[in-house]
Amino acid sequence: MKEIKKLFKFMTGYKGIYVLAMICIILSQMVTIVSPLIIRTTIDSIIGSEPIGSNFLERLIQYIGGRAYLRKNLWIIGVLLVFIAILRGILLYFRNTLASKTAENTAKNIRDSLYDQIQRLPYEYHVKAETGDLIQRCTSDVNTIKRFLSIQLVEVAGSLFMLGFVSYTMFKLNVKMTLVSMATMPIIFIFAFIFFSKVKKAFEASDEAEAELTTVLQENLTGVRVVKACANQKYEIEKFDEKNKDYRDKTYKLIQDLALYWGASDFICFIQIGLTIVFGSIWAVAGEISLGTVMAFSTYVNMLLWPIRQMGRTLTDMGKAIVSIGRIDEIFNENIEILNGNNEKPEIKGNIEFENVYFEYEKNTPVIDNISFSVKAGSTVAIIGPTGSGKSSLVYLLARLYDYNRGSILIDGKELKDIDKAWVRKNIGIVLQEPFLYAKTIRDNIKLANPSIQDKKVYESAKIASIHQDIKSFDKGYDTYVGERGVSLSGGQKQRVAIARTIINDCPIVVFDDSLSAVDTETDISIRKALNNRKNKSTTIIISHRISTVSEADEIIVLDNGRIIQRGNHEKLINEKGLYQRLYEIQNSMKDLEEDIKLHA
Amino acid sequence: MPSEVVVLENEKIDITIWRNFLELVKNHKRDFILLAIIMVFVGALDSVFPLFTKYAIDNFIVEKNLIGLNKFIKLFFIVIAFQGINVYLFLAMGGKVETNVSYDIRKKGFEKLQILPLSYYDEKAVGWLMARMTSDINGISETLSWGIVDFAWGLAMMLAVVIAMFRLNAKLALIALTVVPPLAIASAYFQNKILKAQREVRNVNSKITAAYNEDISGAMTTKTLVREEINLEEFKEITEEMKQKSIRATIVSSLYFPIILVLGSIGTALVLNSGGKDVIQGTISYGTMAAFIAYTAQFFEPVRQLAVVFAEIQGAQASAERVFSLINEVPDIIDSEDVVNEYGDFFTPKKENWPEIKGEIEFRNVDFAYKNGEKVLENFNLKVKPGETIALVGETGSGKSTIVNLLCRFYEPTSGEILIDGIDYKTMPQIWIHDNLGYVLQAPHLFSGTIKDNIKYGHLDATDLEIIKASKLVNSHNFIMKMEKGYDTNVGEGGNLLSTGQKQLISFARAIVKNPKIFVLDEATSSIDTETEMIIQKTIENVLEGKTSFVIAHRLSTIKNADRILVIKDGKIIEEGNHRELIKEKGYYYNLYTNQFIEEKNKEVLG
Repeated sequence: MKEIKKLFKFMTGYKGIYVLAMICIILSQMVTIVSPLIIRTTIDSIIGSEPIGSNFLERLIQYIGGRAYLRKNLWIIGVLLVFIAILRGILLYFRNTLASKTAENTAKNIRDSLYDQIQRLPYEYHVKAETGDLIQRCTSDVNTIKRFLSIQLVEVAGSLFMLGFVSYTMFKLNVKMTLVSMATMPIIFIFAFIFFSKVKKAFEASDEAEAELTTVLQENLTGVRVVKACANQKYEIEKFDEKNKDYRDKTYKLIQDLALYWGASDFICFIQIGLTIVFGSIWAVAGEISLGTVMAFSTYVNMLLWPIRQMGRTLTDMGKAIVSIGRIDEIFNENIEILNGNNEKPEIKGNIEFENVYFEYEKNTPVIDNISFSVKAGSTVAIIGPTGSGKSSLVYLLARLYDYNRGSILIDGKELKDIDKAWVRKNIGIVLQEPFLYAKTIRDNIKLANPSIQDKKVYESAKIASIHQDIKSFDKGYDTYVGERGVSLSGGQKQRVAIARTIINDCPIVVFDDSLSAVDTETDISIRKALNNRKNKSTTIIISHRISTVSEADEIIVLDNGRIIQRGNHEKLINEKGLYQRLYEIQNSMKDLEEDIKLHA
Repeated sequence: MPSEVVVLENEKIDITIWRNFLELVKNHKRDFILLAIIMVFVGALDSVFPLFTKYAIDNFIVEKNLIGLNKFIKLFFIVIAFQGINVYLFLAMGGKVETNVSYDIRKKGFEKLQILPLSYYDEKAVGWLMARMTSDINGISETLSWGIVDFAWGLAMMLAVVIAMFRLNAKLALIALTVVPPLAIASAYFQNKILKAQREVRNVNSKITAAYNEDISGAMTTKTLVREEINLEEFKEITEEMKQKSIRATIVSSLYFPIILVLGSIGTALVLNSGGKDVIQGTISYGTMAAFIAYTAQFFEPVRQLAVVFAEIQGAQASAERVFSLINEVPDIIDSEDVVNEYGDFFTPKKENWPEIKGEIEFRNVDFAYKNGEKVLENFNLKVKPGETIALVGETGSGKSTIVNLLCRFYEPTSGEILIDGIDYKTMPQIWIHDNLGYVLQAPHLFSGTIKDNIKYGHLDATDLEIIKASKLVNSHNFIMKMEKGYDTNVGEGGNLLSTGQKQLISFARAIVKNPKIFVLDEATSSIDTETEMIIQKTIENVLEGKTSFVIAHRLSTIKNADRILVIKDGKIIEEGNHRELIKEKGYYYNLYTNQFIEEKNKEVLG
């Protein structure tokens, strides 16, 4: 039941309301029980002539005007019945709305917390995460819990109370009749319990068949070209049909099992009703009980039977809700980043210093191995190196997406780890190689970090990023809606929007993580020129494969296997044997090419 | 496309959609009718139970004797046994209808998906199609089959109750039923409100799903821009909307139920008042009145159920609309009736009537434009000799892929002809060219199953020997044999248990195992380790030999080895010739080659 406890956490502020909802259902059931009593008394003692048998009722009837008066004015009892129905209606209304209020608020709490939890999970979690599974948990699992809260859990409380209260009322009316009326209930209850634990297998079989069907479908759709090119449509249809049939048959089997249960349990319920009528008749004929009592019992039996029969199902649903809570809890159990610790928020000018920084993802396989370098505020450093040399990891460390294991990184002399994470990221703008654009307008995408920024600033940044003209050429300009994942923009356009949305924040430090790769050389140059012309030039770190992109940097660092193998400015590096010189030759001299052409001519 | 998630639902009940549906399920008409009949029995029998009580009261209790009790018990037992069986039957039958209907629709949908041309897939995201084929279809069949159950039961029960009441006492029946008109008015009013409220909830729900999707996919961006708080604020607005709308929907439906309840109690009160007087005067029996009181309660029981069914059908309509948009989609490319008669189609190809393909290909005045009018090719002409290897080079969007897609008949020319061995391929079934085609995709796609299954996929009748032969030709035999289970190694979902290079080699084997006359290769741009890269280069040389081949080429080695290089720009061939000739021209190809050369060299250095 620790899952239920966890659920309580999300119900904060609404537990009281939920208890109220339960009280409402209990009250409404008490009221429900009153109606048969009134009808019984009316038939027995007002229309008929049996003694009333209860002092309270006797006095009540006297108060209203006595038996004879009521006998002539049966409408009073009718009004009483209607009044009780209204009362019950009001109680049910509150039961529903209060339970729904609780369930919806709890669901909102869970949804908001999940959303926040997911965006605050560390980067390493997202690298491995499976989107489909996560979304499933955030949507259908939350809905399962919501339904459980708004319908089933209150109902359980109601049923349990009903069981107790009706039994009590019945026992007070007549003990023998009560025993008869409850004879089959243990059987139904045990039957329900056993059945629903057994049928679990059939549920699972149907679920598995559905999963297999989904896989075949998914593979067919993603591989549509292969299917067509291999002319295997017929084969695919047969393969799908097999799974489709299997799913159909397993589900049908499950429903048949369920049908058996409901059929059998209905049968037992009817036997119970029959027992009550037959024994009621026998004892009434023997004069042991009154006619009204028989009628009251036949109503009570119905009130007890159906909730008990339903209990088996409620228990399975409860099982499902508990599984859902567990699945959601797994997400909450992951450690999140602390964005705002008790750390400092120093003013950042833009001096960066790496001192013997060491970092590893896995034990003993360093990605950054003892790296030291410094960047003065306002200057530009370029990093170049083979795939896997640690360039991107350097950026991740700087943005505190990961924390370094040893050494130190100083920003204006302050240890990076001591600076507030959110503050670090606000001051270090990073343009990613494959930027993600939101399903918003281009304008909102550029304003992303600060929605209150002025449009003038948006256009300015877009001009610097050389994307203003492109945006203007769209039908709706800046109000063009970017489809999910930015489908309507080209790779280069997306990169440039990402540049605009980063530089608009005037960060003292800006990092371009290979973020000009999809932009042609001329645009690349004009963007860098525009950046250079800005007042209060930011400290800039550029990661790129293009010599022309990095050549103007104040310092160029060549990384390999997590270590700095060369450093210096362009002039120095092209005259030094090594990776940089080699790249420069490939990208600028025609020597290799001429050799190649000769070779194949 | 993903943005369609937020498309709002249609408001009115749409007859054509349901007519479509009826057409589709006509095979199960018998089951549907049977189900309805069973439900009528269930409902009718449900209304019999108060009669037993009435009989017991009037004949045993009031008369104070037990004559006939045995008979009473026997009859009761028969009725309940019958009802128990009925309950089993209706559930089992409902399940049969549900599973069969969903099986049928899903089958129809899948068959349509196999016939639809690639242009359809270009427009629709896989996720969209998946949702149609799974949750939407489940929703429709579930709602429909159980909707019928509730509907038939409810109507039968109400009708049976009315009949029973009238037979017992017409005056009392009329009195009890005076509450029906206000009930009808209240139902119509609330029905409308409930439907609207629920539709709004569903619309917000899809916004929430979309937001989670962004939350997950955009996590890195969120972090670097420190947008966590703004994101959460925006998300909270959506969940707040969801909460408000859901609570509103509950309030509306919670208002409806008490009204039914009160109307029902008014019915009971009227019966008690008037019936009580009659009992006192001795005009009706105790039992009759007891039965009437039970009936007034029973009559109102299905009303709420029917309201629920109605709301669900409305929800299912939105699903049905989307599913039928798929099933009724007319493919752009179809085999004409004459063609099918002569040469067969995908499902029953008449291979014996097919001319054998030698591999000569001609594009004659081919134009191609996308549906949105965007022109890709204009008056494109090309002649390829059997066995010739053509390398297509050019920038992304130049039209290379379109040429290949046209050749494979994944698209058809807007005008002009494509001839295979002098035969316009439109006069042949689509499967004719596909059966003679080996096609290797840029991103290899494997199916769950073993390596053998995957190679065999290219030629379902291939023997083990042929499979091994193909593997050896593409240099995959060695690594396959090194695996513990060899050819029976499981590749995992989408082939994810293998490396990219291994997947590529297996997709080569799959493409050549049927020994196709025409070969199309869309070279991968993704980098793989140098060793595998070398193997793949050698494999390509092996594979292309002796086949008419079209290669969308990225590797310099492939380009240089081609018999003819076509440089494509804006849908036109701007340069044509072999490597040596084109280099000499020092034109577009020379530049392209230079860039590619630098790129490859860069890769050598930077990995």
